[in-house]
Amino acid sequence: MPASASVAYSTAAFRREREGDWQAFEALVERLERGSISRLSDEDLLALPRLYRATLSSLSLARATSLDAALVAYLEALSMRGYFLLYGVRESRLARFARFFAVSWPAAVRSLWRETIIIALLLALGTAASWWLVANDPAWFHALIPAELASGREPGASAAALRETVYGKPDHDGLSIFATFLFTHNSQVSITAYALGFAFGVPSMMLIFYQGLPLGALLSVFWDAGLGPDFIAWLSIHGTTELFAAILAGACGLRIGTAVAFPGPRDRLAAAADAGKQSGAAMLGVIIMLLCAGLLEGFARQLVQSMPMRFAVGGGMLAFWLAYFYVPRHTVRDTQL
Amino acid sequence: MTAAPAIGAARQAARRNAKQRRFVTPEGIDLQLEIASAGLRFSALLIDLTLMLVILFAVTLILVFGLPGGAGQAALALWLVGFFLLRNFWFIAFELGPRAATPGKRLVGIRVVARDGGRLTVSSVVARNLVREMEIFLPFAFLAGSAEQDLVSTATVVLALLWTLILSCFLLFNRDRMRMGDLIGGTWVVLARRSKMQADIGSASAHPQADEPQFTPAELAVYGVYELQELERVLRQGDTALRRTVADTIRTKIGRPLTGDDEQFLSAYYRQLKARMERDLLFGKRRANKYEEPQ
Repeated sequence: MPASASVAYSTAAFRREREGDWQAFEALVERLERGSISRLSDEDLLALPRLYRATLSSLSLARATSLDAALVAYLEALSMRGYFLLYGVRESRLARFARFFAVSWPAAVRSLWRETIIIALLLALGTAASWWLVANDPAWFHALIPAELASGREPGASAAALRETVYGKPDHDGLSIFATFLFTHNSQVSITAYALGFAFGVPSMMLIFYQGLPLGALLSVFWDAGLGPDFIAWLSIHGTTELFAAILAGACGLRIGTAVAFPGPRDRLAAAADAGKQSGAAMLGVIIMLLCAGLLEGFARQLVQSMPMRFAVGGGMLAFWLAYFYVPRHTVRDTQL
Repeated sequence: MTAAPAIGAARQAARRNAKQRRFVTPEGIDLQLEIASAGLRFSALLIDLTLMLVILFAVTLILVFGLPGGAGQAALALWLVGFFLLRNFWFIAFELGPRAATPGKRLVGIRVVARDGGRLTVSSVVARNLVREMEIFLPFAFLAGSAEQDLVSTATVVLALLWTLILSCFLLFNRDRMRMGDLIGGTWVVLARRSKMQADIGSASAHPQADEPQFTPAELAVYGVYELQELERVLRQGDTALRRTVADTIRTKIGRPLTGDDEQFLSAYYRQLKARMERDLLFGKRRANKYEEPQ
């Protein structure tokens, strides 16, 4: 059978001619997957795209002419690994890190401005509602605040006792543990508020509204005792950062919820994916903000004791975040991280 | 020839195709990504959770016994931060690497891919993994919370648990095996095959052995591509009993005596069948399986 033998020879020759390239490409891919691109020599870097294209062209030839399943599977796997390496991350970790802080984070927060306003209003509404309830009927206080959170700060407590909770020495000895616990706990709550957002944003909004309740109740108690500004100063030192972060987390959740509920001209899947991409960077920022808030709450609040200084720190932090997020600046178009 | 096996073969091919997705590179080649099954996803998750638990346990042991007594406060703070980082950033950190897979995903051979074919951004990876908080840890939290305090009625807990479990099992209800996180991150999880180059068992005909059996065109016309590739699999596996069965089946089918060296018979038949079918392929003739009429 001379005819079929010569054809068989041609697919064998196809493989013999090219398998050197495939193996060279596989070796390069192997090295790239293990380490960074800077470990490759100049020759290797130049060879990389050529070998990639050679492998891809071999794949389409093999699919059309070869019935060797193992060979096609090998070329498919190698092409896929190569594709994701070459078209994947094109920047070093450091450059991505720098760009996150310079561009992506503020841009992501800015794009959420509508949701941020709505969530901030909800938080204010929750605070005002519980303040009003407690001011009219102090019995509401115990319904709004669990006993272990109140720790003596309740309606009818003496002004001196209340003053002590704001200016006194902390009753826990491990400041660092307290700070860490607050940070991890608050972050987890924010992440949950975000993750629940896809249910049309309702859980995110409820969670934020509930966060306002204890705030309003405590405000009412301190206000009645004539300690309103002192309490606000005590709270603002970390509260401006922490509440801002909570609002942003809720806003991210709401963005996803609205994208799922009202996808507009896009299909629902694409809308959800777009919202996720915009809010992902903002959520990473929320965790960083909560870390700052935890540090402020654990350390600065006990160390800074005068009311004006507390206002200065809290207000300064708020001014810093607002300027960082919203002051217009020259940015690069590509906000992808 | 009955219709039933032909339908079975067609169904099998359809099942394979149902999991394949078009993924065309800028060079115009369709990489045909294959969606990872729910079983693979679940085993990867189990491996990751086990690894995380082991690390948490080891760190706890080191912090409890490895540090001097006075450092208790710092150790607790360190543990809290470590737990937080592990819970939220284990998946994110690994999926941002060049292989876009956690250790569990690597072990079962799957990876995360951006659904639109573009780059996998940090934002996508963060989004898809923060949603995990709701999918995995919220049901646990409900259970723990309901065991701790019976403030809420049993019915509420059961309903809430059911709701979160339905969300967690979201990936079972769609064709693309996307969980909620994939939906929001704009990603999906596909097989990341890694196969080694295998020997070319079809080209030994360049140096044919003298006593190799030769087959007539009629004897080579009984099978299609599917059977050829199954035969290739059998030859690469090297299972003697299986080879005997397959060789005898082929001998019966083409009417040859049931004697002789199986290995030699099978590889000669494979080579000649492959050569013949590859030549047909060049003329545009492709016979998918033995149930199709030869063109």
